[in-house]
Amino acid sequence: MLSTGKKLIFYVLLIISALLLAGPALMAIVMSFMTNQDILTGSLPTTFTFDNYIAAFERLPFLHFLFNSLIVSMLITLGQLTLSALAAYAFVFLEFKGRDFLFFLFIATMMVPFEASVIPNFHTIRNLGWIDSYAGLTVPFFATTFGTFLLRQNFKQIPKELREASLIAGMGDFRFFLSVVLPVSRTSLVTLGIYGFLTSWNMYLWPLLASTNETVRTIQIGLKQLQTQEQLNQWGVMMAGAVIVIIPTLLLLFLGQKKLQKGLTEGAVK
Amino acid sequence: MSMIAPTIGTNEEAYLSQVERVKRKSRLKSFFKGMLFLLPSIILFSVFVFYPMFQTIYLSFFLTNAQGATTVFVGWENYKALFVDPIFLKSVKNTFLFVFLTVPPTVIISFALAVIANEKLKGIGFFRTIFSSTMGVSVAAASVFWLYLFHPTMGLLNKILEAFGAGGIEWLTDPKWALLAVSMTTIWMNIGFTFLILLGGMQSIDSSLYESADIEGSGYFYKLRRITIPMLSPTFFFVITVSIIHSFQTFGQIDILTKGGPANETNLIVYSIYREAFVNYQFGSASAQAVVLFILILLMTALQFKLGERKVHYQ
Repeated sequence: MLSTGKKLIFYVLLIISALLLAGPALMAIVMSFMTNQDILTGSLPTTFTFDNYIAAFERLPFLHFLFNSLIVSMLITLGQLTLSALAAYAFVFLEFKGRDFLFFLFIATMMVPFEASVIPNFHTIRNLGWIDSYAGLTVPFFATTFGTFLLRQNFKQIPKELREASLIAGMGDFRFFLSVVLPVSRTSLVTLGIYGFLTSWNMYLWPLLASTNETVRTIQIGLKQLQTQEQLNQWGVMMAGAVIVIIPTLLLLFLGQKKLQKGLTEGAVK
Repeated sequence: MSMIAPTIGTNEEAYLSQVERVKRKSRLKSFFKGMLFLLPSIILFSVFVFYPMFQTIYLSFFLTNAQGATTVFVGWENYKALFVDPIFLKSVKNTFLFVFLTVPPTVIISFALAVIANEKLKGIGFFRTIFSSTMGVSVAAASVFWLYLFHPTMGLLNKILEAFGAGGIEWLTDPKWALLAVSMTTIWMNIGFTFLILLGGMQSIDSSLYESADIEGSGYFYKLRRITIPMLSPTFFFVITVSIIHSFQTFGQIDILTKGGPANETNLIVYSIYREAFVNYQFGSASAQAVVLFILILLMTALQFKLGERKVHYQ
Protein backbone atom coordinates (compact mmCIF):
# COMPACT_ATOMS: atom_id res chain seq x y z
CA MET A 1 0.00 0.00 0.00
CA LEU A 2 1.11 3.49 -0.74
CA SER A 3 1.85 5.96 2.01
CA THR A 4 -0.24 9.13 2.20
CA GLY A 5 2.65 11.23 0.97
CA LYS A 6 3.17 9.09 -2.10
CA LYS A 7 -0.55 9.03 -2.77
CA LEU A 8 -0.57 12.81 -2.73
CA ILE A 9 2.26 12.95 -5.26
CA PHE A 10 0.39 10.60 -7.58
CA TYR A 11 -2.82 12.59 -7.29
CA VAL A 12 -1.02 15.84 -8.05
CA LEU A 13 0.63 14.27 -11.12
CA LEU A 14 -2.65 12.73 -12.25
CA ILE A 15 -4.59 15.96 -11.90
CA ILE A 16 -1.97 18.07 -13.72
CA SER A 17 -1.74 15.56 -16.57
CA ALA A 18 -5.51 15.31 -16.82
CA LEU A 19 -5.87 19.08 -17.03
CA LEU A 20 -3.18 19.37 -19.70
CA LEU A 21 -4.56 16.54 -21.75
CA ALA A 22 -8.21 17.47 -21.49
CA GLY A 23 -7.31 21.17 -21.81
CA PRO A 24 -7.95 21.64 -25.54
CA ALA A 25 -11.32 19.87 -25.40
CA LEU A 26 -12.40 21.66 -22.22
CA MET A 27 -11.40 24.97 -23.76
CA ALA A 28 -13.48 24.16 -26.84
CA ILE A 29 -16.53 23.31 -24.74
CA VAL A 30 -16.25 26.54 -22.75
CA MET A 31 -15.72 28.62 -25.89
CA SER A 32 -18.70 27.04 -27.61
CA PHE A 33 -20.96 28.60 -24.96
CA MET A 34 -19.27 32.03 -25.01
CA THR A 35 -20.35 35.13 -26.90
CA ASN A 36 -18.12 36.18 -29.75
CA GLN A 37 -17.35 39.39 -27.91
CA ASP A 38 -15.98 37.56 -24.88
CA ILE A 39 -13.81 35.38 -27.11
CA LEU A 40 -12.42 38.29 -29.11
CA THR A 41 -11.62 40.40 -26.09
CA GLY A 42 -10.05 37.37 -24.45
CA SER A 43 -12.07 37.79 -21.28
CA LEU A 44 -13.45 35.00 -19.15
CA PRO A 45 -17.01 34.02 -20.05
CA THR A 46 -19.44 36.66 -18.83
CA THR A 47 -22.61 35.30 -20.36
CA PHE A 48 -23.72 31.79 -21.24
CA THR A 49 -25.20 31.37 -24.71
CA PHE A 50 -26.41 28.68 -27.11
CA ASP A 51 -26.09 31.06 -30.05
CA ASN A 52 -22.99 29.30 -31.42
CA TYR A 53 -24.79 25.97 -31.64
CA ILE A 54 -27.82 27.58 -33.26
CA ALA A 55 -25.53 29.33 -35.74
CA ALA A 56 -23.68 26.11 -36.56
CA PHE A 57 -26.92 24.27 -37.32
CA GLU A 58 -28.26 27.20 -39.33
CA ARG A 59 -25.22 27.80 -41.45
CA LEU A 60 -24.82 24.22 -42.61
CA PRO A 61 -27.09 21.16 -42.70
CA PHE A 62 -25.24 19.86 -39.64
CA LEU A 63 -28.11 17.62 -38.60
CA HIS A 64 -28.05 15.97 -42.00
CA PHE A 65 -24.26 15.52 -41.76
CA LEU A 66 -24.68 13.94 -38.33
CA PHE A 67 -27.25 11.56 -39.75
CA ASN A 68 -24.88 10.68 -42.61
CA SER A 69 -22.05 10.00 -40.21
CA LEU A 70 -24.31 7.80 -38.13
CA ILE A 71 -25.43 5.76 -41.15
CA VAL A 72 -21.91 5.44 -42.53
CA SER A 73 -20.39 4.43 -39.19
CA MET A 74 -23.15 1.92 -38.45
CA LEU A 75 -22.89 0.35 -41.91
CA ILE A 76 -19.12 0.02 -41.64
CA THR A 77 -19.38 -1.42 -38.12
CA LEU A 78 -21.97 -3.98 -39.18
CA GLY A 79 -20.03 -4.88 -42.31
CA GLN A 80 -16.79 -5.31 -40.39
CA LEU A 81 -18.43 -7.44 -37.71
CA THR A 82 -20.07 -9.71 -40.26
CA LEU A 83 -17.08 -10.17 -42.54
CA SER A 84 -14.47 -10.59 -39.83
CA ALA A 85 -16.62 -13.00 -37.84
CA LEU A 86 -17.13 -15.16 -40.93
CA ALA A 87 -13.44 -15.07 -41.83
CA ALA A 88 -12.31 -15.71 -38.27
CA TYR A 89 -14.62 -18.73 -38.10
CA ALA A 90 -13.04 -20.21 -41.22
CA PHE A 91 -9.53 -19.68 -39.86
CA VAL A 92 -10.32 -21.28 -36.52
CA PHE A 93 -12.79 -24.06 -37.20
CA LEU A 94 -12.53 -25.08 -40.83
CA GLU A 95 -9.65 -27.04 -42.26
CA PHE A 96 -9.11 -26.91 -45.97
CA LYS A 97 -6.41 -26.66 -48.55
CA GLY A 98 -5.05 -23.16 -49.08
CA ARG A 99 -6.08 -21.89 -45.67
CA ASP A 100 -2.54 -20.99 -44.66
CA PHE A 101 -2.01 -19.18 -47.91
CA LEU A 102 -5.19 -17.16 -47.37
CA PHE A 103 -4.10 -16.38 -43.84
CA PHE A 104 -0.85 -15.04 -45.23
CA LEU A 105 -2.86 -12.99 -47.72
CA PHE A 106 -4.80 -11.41 -44.85
CA ILE A 107 -1.54 -10.48 -43.14
CA ALA A 108 -0.26 -9.01 -46.41
CA THR A 109 -3.16 -6.55 -46.53
CA MET A 110 -1.80 -4.90 -43.41
CA MET A 111 1.31 -3.94 -45.36
CA VAL A 112 -0.69 -1.90 -47.86
CA PRO A 113 -1.55 1.49 -46.41
CA PHE A 114 -4.93 2.74 -47.55
CA GLU A 115 -3.42 6.16 -48.25
CA ALA A 116 -1.10 4.64 -50.85
CA SER A 117 -3.91 2.99 -52.77
CA VAL A 118 -6.36 5.84 -52.63
CA ILE A 119 -6.03 6.77 -56.32
CA PRO A 120 -7.23 3.48 -57.89
CA ASN A 121 -9.85 3.17 -55.14
CA PHE A 122 -11.20 6.56 -56.06
CA HIS A 123 -11.39 5.51 -59.72
CA THR A 124 -13.07 2.22 -58.80
CA ILE A 125 -15.74 3.98 -56.76
CA ARG A 126 -16.26 6.50 -59.54
CA ASN A 127 -16.57 3.78 -62.20
CA LEU A 128 -19.09 1.96 -60.03
CA GLY A 129 -21.08 5.19 -59.84
CA TRP A 130 -20.62 5.18 -56.06
CA ILE A 131 -19.39 8.75 -55.61
CA ASP A 132 -21.82 10.54 -53.29
CA SER A 133 -23.37 7.30 -52.13
CA TYR A 134 -23.31 5.45 -48.81
CA ALA A 135 -21.93 2.40 -50.62
CA GLY A 136 -18.88 4.33 -51.78
CA LEU A 137 -18.20 5.58 -48.26
CA THR A 138 -18.61 2.23 -46.54
CA VAL A 139 -17.99 -0.88 -48.66
CA PRO A 140 -14.20 -0.38 -49.08
CA PHE A 141 -13.82 -0.73 -45.29
CA PHE A 142 -15.91 -3.83 -44.66
CA ALA A 143 -13.03 -6.32 -44.78
CA THR A 144 -10.49 -5.86 -41.96
CA THR A 145 -7.55 -7.96 -40.97
CA PHE A 146 -7.44 -6.38 -37.54
CA GLY A 147 -11.04 -7.42 -36.85
CA THR A 148 -10.49 -10.90 -38.21
CA PHE A 149 -7.44 -11.40 -35.98
CA LEU A 150 -9.18 -10.01 -32.92
CA LEU A 151 -12.12 -12.39 -33.32
CA ARG A 152 -9.89 -15.29 -34.32
CA GLN A 153 -8.05 -14.88 -31.02
CA ASN A 154 -11.39 -15.13 -29.24
CA PHE A 155 -12.89 -17.98 -31.27
CA LYS A 156 -9.78 -20.05 -30.56
CA GLN A 157 -10.84 -20.28 -26.93
CA ILE A 158 -14.03 -22.11 -27.90
CA PRO A 159 -13.39 -25.87 -27.54
CA LYS A 160 -13.27 -27.68 -30.87
CA GLU A 161 -15.23 -30.56 -29.30
CA LEU A 162 -18.20 -28.25 -29.10
CA ARG A 163 -18.25 -28.02 -32.87
CA GLU A 164 -17.83 -31.75 -33.34
CA ALA A 165 -20.72 -32.41 -30.96
CA SER A 166 -22.91 -29.92 -32.82
CA LEU A 167 -22.03 -31.46 -36.16
CA ILE A 168 -22.91 -34.91 -34.87
CA ALA A 169 -26.18 -33.49 -33.55
CA GLY A 170 -26.88 -32.50 -37.14
CA MET A 171 -26.11 -28.81 -36.79
CA GLY A 172 -24.38 -27.35 -39.83
CA ASP A 173 -21.38 -25.05 -39.61
CA PHE A 174 -23.46 -21.98 -40.27
CA ARG A 175 -25.98 -22.84 -37.55
CA PHE A 176 -23.13 -23.53 -35.13
CA PHE A 177 -21.56 -20.19 -36.07
CA LEU A 178 -24.80 -18.30 -35.48
CA SER A 179 -26.13 -20.03 -32.41
CA VAL A 180 -22.95 -20.90 -30.49
CA VAL A 181 -19.87 -19.01 -31.66
CA LEU A 182 -21.38 -15.54 -31.98
CA PRO A 183 -23.24 -15.52 -28.63
CA VAL A 184 -20.18 -16.85 -26.80
CA SER A 185 -17.98 -14.11 -28.30
CA ARG A 186 -20.33 -11.24 -27.51
CA THR A 187 -17.68 -9.26 -25.65
CA SER A 188 -15.16 -9.30 -28.47
CA LEU A 189 -17.85 -8.43 -30.97
CA VAL A 190 -18.84 -5.42 -28.87
CA THR A 191 -15.18 -4.39 -28.58
CA LEU A 192 -14.65 -4.62 -32.31
CA GLY A 193 -17.94 -2.81 -32.85
CA ILE A 194 -16.89 0.10 -30.65
CA TYR A 195 -13.51 0.29 -32.34
CA GLY A 196 -15.04 0.12 -35.80
CA PHE A 197 -17.57 2.82 -35.01
CA LEU A 198 -14.91 5.11 -33.51
CA THR A 199 -12.57 4.83 -36.46
CA SER A 200 -15.27 5.21 -39.09
CA TRP A 201 -16.89 8.18 -37.36
CA ASN A 202 -13.49 9.90 -37.33
CA MET A 203 -12.52 9.05 -40.91
CA TYR A 204 -11.36 12.04 -42.91
CA LEU A 205 -9.45 11.45 -46.16
CA TRP A 206 -11.85 9.03 -47.82
CA PRO A 207 -15.10 10.94 -47.10
CA LEU A 208 -13.34 14.05 -48.39
CA LEU A 209 -12.66 12.31 -51.71
CA ALA A 210 -15.79 10.21 -52.08
CA SER A 211 -18.36 12.92 -51.43
CA THR A 212 -18.60 15.94 -53.67
CA ASN A 213 -21.85 17.45 -52.37
CA GLU A 214 -23.93 17.49 -49.24
CA THR A 215 -26.05 14.36 -49.84
CA VAL A 216 -23.80 11.88 -48.05
CA ARG A 217 -21.20 14.28 -46.61
CA THR A 218 -20.12 13.24 -43.13
CA ILE A 219 -19.89 15.51 -40.11
CA GLN A 220 -16.06 15.56 -40.21
CA ILE A 221 -16.06 17.10 -43.66
CA GLY A 222 -18.92 19.34 -42.54
CA LEU A 223 -16.65 20.67 -39.81
CA LYS A 224 -13.91 21.38 -42.32
CA GLN A 225 -16.49 23.14 -44.48
CA LEU A 226 -17.57 25.22 -41.49
CA GLN A 227 -13.95 26.08 -40.80
CA THR A 228 -13.16 27.20 -44.35
CA GLN A 229 -16.44 29.10 -44.67
CA GLU A 230 -16.24 30.91 -41.37
CA GLN A 231 -14.73 34.34 -41.15
CA LEU A 232 -11.74 33.95 -38.92
CA ASN A 233 -13.44 35.60 -36.03
CA GLN A 234 -16.28 33.15 -35.50
CA TRP A 235 -14.40 30.84 -33.15
CA GLY A 236 -17.42 30.12 -30.98
CA VAL A 237 -19.34 28.63 -33.91
CA MET A 238 -16.38 26.51 -34.97
CA MET A 239 -15.90 25.19 -31.45
CA ALA A 240 -19.61 24.39 -31.24
CA GLY A 241 -19.24 22.40 -34.46
CA ALA A 242 -16.18 20.57 -33.12
CA VAL A 243 -17.95 19.75 -29.84
CA ILE A 244 -20.91 18.29 -31.74
CA VAL A 245 -18.46 16.12 -33.70
CA ILE A 246 -16.69 14.66 -30.67
CA ILE A 247 -19.65 14.05 -28.33
CA PRO A 248 -20.79 10.69 -29.81
CA THR A 249 -17.30 9.20 -29.90
CA LEU A 250 -16.38 10.47 -26.44
CA LEU A 251 -19.55 8.94 -25.00
CA LEU A 252 -18.79 5.66 -26.71
CA LEU A 253 -15.22 5.76 -25.44
CA PHE A 254 -16.30 6.50 -21.87
CA LEU A 255 -18.71 3.58 -21.94
CA GLY A 256 -16.39 1.12 -23.66
CA GLN A 257 -12.92 2.16 -22.49
CA LYS A 258 -12.30 -0.97 -20.39
CA LYS A 259 -13.46 -3.31 -23.14
CA LEU A 260 -11.42 -1.49 -25.75
CA GLN A 261 -8.29 -1.58 -23.64
CA LYS A 262 -8.62 -5.31 -23.12
CA GLY A 263 -9.55 -6.08 -26.71
CA LEU A 264 -6.91 -3.89 -28.31
CA THR A 265 -4.14 -5.20 -26.06
CA GLU A 266 -5.09 -8.78 -26.83
CA GLY A 267 -5.22 -8.08 -30.54
CA ALA A 268 -1.97 -6.18 -30.33
CA VAL A 269 0.39 -8.31 -28.35
CA LYS A 270 -0.56 -11.88 -29.10
CA MET B 1 -6.96 -54.79 -43.40
CA SER B 2 -3.42 -55.92 -43.99
CA MET B 3 -4.51 -59.44 -43.08
CA ILE B 4 -7.00 -59.71 -45.90
CA ALA B 5 -5.00 -57.66 -48.36
CA PRO B 6 -3.01 -60.52 -49.98
CA THR B 7 -6.11 -62.55 -50.79
CA ILE B 8 -8.35 -59.88 -52.25
CA GLY B 9 -5.91 -57.45 -53.87
CA THR B 10 -8.16 -56.14 -56.61
CA ASN B 11 -10.98 -55.51 -54.20
CA GLU B 12 -8.67 -53.52 -52.01
CA GLU B 13 -7.63 -51.36 -54.93
CA ALA B 14 -11.24 -50.62 -55.68
CA TYR B 15 -11.83 -49.92 -52.02
CA LEU B 16 -8.86 -47.57 -51.83
CA SER B 17 -9.87 -45.64 -54.90
CA GLN B 18 -13.34 -45.41 -53.41
CA VAL B 19 -11.84 -43.99 -50.21
CA GLU B 20 -9.72 -41.66 -52.27
CA ARG B 21 -12.78 -40.39 -54.12
CA VAL B 22 -14.75 -39.84 -50.93
CA LYS B 23 -11.77 -38.09 -49.39
CA ARG B 24 -11.34 -35.86 -52.40
CA LYS B 25 -15.01 -35.08 -52.37
CA SER B 26 -14.99 -34.14 -48.72
CA ARG B 27 -11.84 -32.14 -49.21
CA LEU B 28 -13.50 -30.27 -52.04
CA LYS B 29 -16.56 -29.77 -49.89
CA SER B 30 -14.58 -28.37 -46.98
CA PHE B 31 -12.66 -26.17 -49.38
CA PHE B 32 -15.90 -24.69 -50.71
CA LYS B 33 -17.24 -24.27 -47.22
CA GLY B 34 -14.10 -22.46 -46.15
CA MET B 35 -14.28 -20.23 -49.19
CA LEU B 36 -17.92 -19.47 -48.47
CA PHE B 37 -16.93 -18.01 -45.11
CA LEU B 38 -13.90 -16.19 -46.49
CA LEU B 39 -15.20 -15.06 -49.86
CA PRO B 40 -16.73 -11.72 -48.77
CA SER B 41 -13.43 -10.62 -47.24
CA ILE B 42 -11.35 -11.98 -50.10
CA ILE B 43 -13.44 -10.18 -52.73
CA LEU B 44 -13.25 -6.86 -50.90
CA PHE B 45 -9.53 -7.23 -50.22
CA SER B 46 -8.97 -8.01 -53.89
CA VAL B 47 -10.95 -5.01 -55.10
CA PHE B 48 -9.87 -2.44 -52.52
CA VAL B 49 -6.39 -3.57 -51.42
CA PHE B 50 -4.61 -5.84 -53.90
CA TYR B 51 -5.93 -4.49 -57.18
CA PRO B 52 -5.23 -0.87 -56.14
CA MET B 53 -1.70 -1.80 -55.15
CA PHE B 54 -0.89 -3.25 -58.58
CA GLN B 55 -2.86 -0.54 -60.33
CA THR B 56 -0.87 2.13 -58.46
CA ILE B 57 2.38 0.55 -59.63
CA TYR B 58 0.99 0.33 -63.17
CA LEU B 59 -0.20 3.95 -63.20
CA SER B 60 3.17 5.15 -61.97
CA PHE B 61 4.67 4.29 -65.39
CA PHE B 62 2.16 6.41 -67.32
CA LEU B 63 0.92 9.88 -67.91
CA THR B 64 -2.83 10.19 -67.44
CA ASN B 65 -5.62 12.51 -68.40
CA ALA B 66 -7.77 14.30 -65.80
CA GLN B 67 -10.09 11.28 -65.60
CA GLY B 68 -7.19 9.05 -64.64
CA ALA B 69 -7.05 7.10 -67.91
CA THR B 70 -3.52 6.32 -69.06
CA THR B 71 -2.34 8.29 -72.09
CA VAL B 72 1.42 7.89 -72.61
CA PHE B 73 3.75 5.20 -71.31
CA VAL B 74 6.75 6.96 -69.81
CA GLY B 75 8.63 4.13 -68.09
CA TRP B 76 10.66 5.32 -65.14
CA GLU B 77 10.25 9.01 -66.04
CA ASN B 78 7.78 9.74 -63.22
CA TYR B 79 10.25 8.32 -60.71
CA LYS B 80 13.22 10.11 -62.25
CA ALA B 81 11.30 13.37 -62.10
CA LEU B 82 10.41 12.76 -58.43
CA PHE B 83 13.95 12.25 -57.31
CA VAL B 84 15.11 15.54 -58.73
CA ASP B 85 12.01 17.40 -57.62
CA PRO B 86 13.04 19.55 -54.64
CA ILE B 87 9.44 19.72 -53.39
CA PHE B 88 9.04 15.95 -53.29
CA LEU B 89 12.46 15.44 -51.72
CA LYS B 90 11.56 17.97 -49.08
CA SER B 91 8.30 16.18 -48.48
CA VAL B 92 10.12 12.87 -47.90
CA LYS B 93 12.68 14.53 -45.65
CA ASN B 94 9.99 16.29 -43.65
CA THR B 95 7.94 13.12 -43.35
CA PHE B 96 10.90 11.42 -41.68
CA LEU B 97 11.46 14.48 -39.52
CA PHE B 98 7.79 14.39 -38.59
CA VAL B 99 8.01 10.72 -37.59
CA PHE B 100 10.99 11.59 -35.42
CA LEU B 101 9.19 14.58 -33.88
CA THR B 102 5.99 12.68 -33.10
CA VAL B 103 6.73 9.03 -32.30
CA PRO B 104 9.26 9.27 -29.43
CA PRO B 105 7.34 12.00 -27.56
CA THR B 106 4.02 10.19 -27.99
CA VAL B 107 5.41 6.92 -26.65
CA ILE B 108 7.32 8.55 -23.77
CA ILE B 109 4.42 10.73 -22.63
CA SER B 110 1.94 7.87 -22.95
CA PHE B 111 4.24 5.60 -20.98
CA ALA B 112 4.55 8.18 -18.19
CA LEU B 113 0.77 8.54 -18.11
CA ALA B 114 0.30 4.77 -18.07
CA VAL B 115 2.74 4.48 -15.15
CA ILE B 116 0.86 6.97 -12.98
CA ALA B 117 -2.53 5.61 -14.09
CA ASN B 118 -1.53 2.06 -13.20
CA GLU B 119 -1.54 2.77 -9.45
CA LYS B 120 -4.41 1.36 -7.44
CA LEU B 121 -5.90 4.63 -6.24
CA LYS B 122 -9.42 5.78 -5.62
CA GLY B 123 -10.92 7.40 -8.70
CA ILE B 124 -8.18 6.09 -10.99
CA GLY B 125 -10.79 4.99 -13.52
CA PHE B 126 -11.70 8.62 -14.07
CA PHE B 127 -8.11 9.54 -14.91
CA ARG B 128 -7.73 6.55 -17.22
CA THR B 129 -10.79 7.69 -19.10
CA ILE B 130 -9.45 11.23 -19.43
CA PHE B 131 -6.03 10.01 -20.59
CA SER B 132 -7.50 7.80 -23.28
CA SER B 133 -10.07 10.40 -24.33
CA THR B 134 -8.06 11.93 -27.17
CA MET B 135 -8.58 8.65 -29.00
CA GLY B 136 -12.21 9.66 -29.40
CA VAL B 137 -11.38 13.08 -30.82
CA SER B 138 -11.43 13.12 -34.60
CA VAL B 139 -8.63 14.65 -36.61
CA ALA B 140 -10.97 17.38 -37.84
CA ALA B 141 -12.06 18.38 -34.34
CA ALA B 142 -8.53 18.19 -32.94
CA SER B 143 -7.28 20.40 -35.76
CA VAL B 144 -9.95 23.00 -35.03
CA PHE B 145 -8.96 23.05 -31.33
CA TRP B 146 -5.31 23.53 -32.15
CA LEU B 147 -6.03 25.99 -34.92
CA TYR B 148 -7.31 28.25 -32.18
CA LEU B 149 -4.50 27.43 -29.75
CA PHE B 150 -1.97 28.36 -32.46
CA HIS B 151 -3.74 31.57 -33.46
CA PRO B 152 -1.07 34.31 -33.49
CA THR B 153 -3.03 36.95 -31.60
CA MET B 154 -5.94 35.25 -29.87
CA GLY B 155 -4.46 31.78 -29.38
CA LEU B 156 -3.83 30.49 -25.90
CA LEU B 157 -0.24 29.42 -26.59
CA ASN B 158 0.90 32.89 -27.57
CA LYS B 159 -1.01 34.40 -24.66
CA ILE B 160 0.91 32.14 -22.31
CA LEU B 161 4.19 33.05 -24.01
CA GLU B 162 3.34 36.74 -23.70
CA ALA B 163 2.46 36.33 -20.04
CA PHE B 164 6.02 35.11 -19.55
CA GLY B 165 7.30 38.09 -21.47
CA ALA B 166 8.27 36.11 -24.56
CA GLY B 167 7.22 37.24 -28.00
CA GLY B 168 4.42 35.46 -29.83
CA ILE B 169 5.17 32.81 -32.44
CA GLU B 170 3.55 32.54 -35.86
CA TRP B 171 3.00 28.86 -35.22
CA LEU B 172 1.38 27.87 -38.50
CA THR B 173 2.87 30.39 -40.90
CA ASP B 174 6.50 30.50 -39.80
CA PRO B 175 8.47 27.83 -41.71
CA LYS B 176 10.58 27.22 -38.62
CA TRP B 177 7.60 26.35 -36.42
CA ALA B 178 4.88 24.91 -38.66
CA LEU B 179 6.04 21.30 -38.67
CA LEU B 180 6.53 21.43 -34.92
CA ALA B 181 3.03 22.82 -34.49
CA VAL B 182 1.53 20.03 -36.58
CA SER B 183 3.62 17.56 -34.58
CA MET B 184 2.26 18.89 -31.28
CA THR B 185 -1.29 18.42 -32.52
CA THR B 186 -0.47 14.90 -33.67
CA ILE B 187 1.20 13.93 -30.40
CA TRP B 188 -1.84 15.11 -28.48
CA MET B 189 -4.16 13.14 -30.74
CA ASN B 190 -2.14 9.93 -30.57
CA ILE B 191 -1.61 9.86 -26.81
CA GLY B 192 -5.07 8.38 -26.15
CA PHE B 193 -4.57 5.21 -28.18
CA THR B 194 -0.93 4.71 -27.18
CA PHE B 195 -1.77 5.20 -23.51
CA LEU B 196 -4.60 2.67 -23.67
CA ILE B 197 -2.40 -0.01 -25.23
CA LEU B 198 0.50 0.58 -22.83
CA LEU B 199 -1.80 0.53 -19.80
CA GLY B 200 -3.30 -2.73 -21.04
CA GLY B 201 0.19 -4.16 -21.40
CA MET B 202 1.13 -3.07 -17.88
CA GLN B 203 -1.94 -4.62 -16.37
CA SER B 204 -1.13 -7.97 -17.86
CA ILE B 205 2.31 -8.10 -16.20
CA ASP B 206 2.34 -10.85 -13.60
CA SER B 207 1.92 -9.15 -10.19
CA SER B 208 4.03 -11.78 -8.46
CA LEU B 209 7.09 -10.21 -10.08
CA TYR B 210 6.40 -7.00 -8.19
CA GLU B 211 5.61 -8.88 -4.99
CA SER B 212 8.94 -10.68 -4.97
CA ALA B 213 10.70 -7.40 -5.74
CA ASP B 214 8.88 -5.86 -2.78
CA ILE B 215 10.12 -8.64 -0.52
CA GLU B 216 13.66 -7.86 -1.61
CA GLY B 217 12.96 -4.25 -0.73
CA SER B 218 13.44 -2.85 -4.24
CA GLY B 219 12.59 0.80 -4.79
CA TYR B 220 9.93 2.26 -7.04
CA PHE B 221 12.19 3.26 -9.92
CA TYR B 222 14.20 0.06 -9.69
CA LYS B 223 11.01 -1.91 -10.26
CA LEU B 224 10.04 0.39 -13.10
CA ARG B 225 13.38 -0.11 -14.81
CA ARG B 226 13.90 -3.78 -14.09
CA ILE B 227 10.36 -5.18 -14.31
CA THR B 228 7.89 -2.85 -15.99
CA ILE B 229 9.97 -1.70 -18.96
CA PRO B 230 11.44 -5.12 -19.90
CA MET B 231 8.12 -6.89 -19.47
CA LEU B 232 6.42 -4.24 -21.53
CA SER B 233 8.84 -4.54 -24.46
CA PRO B 234 6.46 -6.44 -26.79
CA THR B 235 3.85 -3.74 -26.19
CA PHE B 236 6.40 -0.99 -26.79
CA PHE B 237 7.39 -2.73 -29.97
CA PHE B 238 3.80 -2.83 -31.19
CA VAL B 239 3.06 0.74 -30.18
CA ILE B 240 6.19 2.12 -31.87
CA THR B 241 5.51 0.25 -35.11
CA VAL B 242 1.91 1.39 -35.23
CA SER B 243 2.85 4.99 -34.39
CA ILE B 244 5.48 5.13 -37.13
CA ILE B 245 3.05 3.81 -39.71
CA HIS B 246 0.38 6.25 -38.52
CA SER B 247 2.79 9.16 -38.79
CA PHE B 248 3.59 8.22 -42.37
CA GLN B 249 -0.12 8.33 -43.13
CA THR B 250 -0.81 11.77 -41.65
CA PHE B 251 -3.24 13.80 -43.70
CA GLY B 252 -6.18 15.46 -41.91
CA GLN B 253 -4.29 17.78 -39.57
CA ILE B 254 -2.20 19.04 -42.50
CA ASP B 255 -5.28 19.67 -44.62
CA ILE B 256 -6.94 21.77 -41.92
CA LEU B 257 -4.00 23.42 -40.17
CA THR B 258 -1.51 24.35 -42.88
CA LYS B 259 -2.50 22.94 -46.30
CA GLY B 260 1.09 21.85 -46.70
CA GLY B 261 2.53 25.30 -46.21
CA PRO B 262 4.39 27.47 -45.38
CA ALA B 263 6.89 26.94 -48.21
CA ASN B 264 5.96 23.20 -48.31
CA GLU B 265 7.36 22.79 -44.80
CA THR B 266 4.41 20.60 -43.78
CA ASN B 267 3.74 19.05 -47.18
CA LEU B 268 4.04 15.48 -45.85
CA ILE B 269 3.96 12.61 -48.29
CA VAL B 270 0.27 11.68 -48.12
CA TYR B 271 -0.71 15.31 -48.49
CA SER B 272 1.67 15.59 -51.42
CA ILE B 273 0.04 12.55 -53.07
CA TYR B 274 -3.39 14.02 -52.47
CA ARG B 275 -2.42 17.34 -54.01
CA GLU B 276 -0.71 15.80 -57.02
CA ALA B 277 -3.66 13.49 -57.72
CA PHE B 278 -6.77 15.38 -56.74
CA VAL B 279 -5.72 19.00 -57.20
CA ASN B 280 -3.25 18.76 -60.11
CA TYR B 281 -4.77 15.59 -61.65
CA GLN B 282 -1.30 14.14 -62.24
CA PHE B 283 -2.31 10.59 -61.39
CA GLY B 284 0.83 9.03 -62.88
CA SER B 285 3.28 11.00 -60.83
CA ALA B 286 1.02 10.84 -57.77
CA SER B 287 1.04 7.04 -58.13
CA ALA B 288 4.83 7.07 -58.24
CA GLN B 289 4.76 8.97 -54.94
CA ALA B 290 2.31 6.44 -53.54
CA VAL B 291 4.67 3.62 -54.52
CA VAL B 292 7.46 5.41 -52.65
CA LEU B 293 5.18 5.70 -49.60
CA PHE B 294 4.33 2.02 -49.84
CA ILE B 295 7.99 1.03 -50.02
CA LEU B 296 8.89 3.33 -47.12
CA ILE B 297 6.23 1.80 -44.89
CA LEU B 298 7.24 -1.69 -45.93
CA LEU B 299 10.89 -0.94 -45.14
CA MET B 300 10.03 0.61 -41.78
CA THR B 301 7.96 -2.41 -40.79
CA ALA B 302 10.67 -4.82 -41.89
CA LEU B 303 13.33 -2.82 -40.08
CA GLN B 304 11.17 -2.69 -36.98
CA PHE B 305 10.77 -6.44 -36.96
CA LYS B 306 14.45 -7.03 -37.53
CA LEU B 307 15.62 -4.64 -34.85
CA GLY B 308 12.73 -5.29 -32.53
CA GLU B 309 13.04 -9.04 -32.44
CA ARG B 310 16.43 -8.98 -30.82
CA LYS B 311 15.56 -6.56 -28.06
CA VAL B 312 12.03 -7.62 -27.32
CA HIS B 313 11.42 -9.77 -24.31
CA TYR B 314 8.55 -12.16 -24.89
CA GLN B 315 6.91 -13.83 -21.91
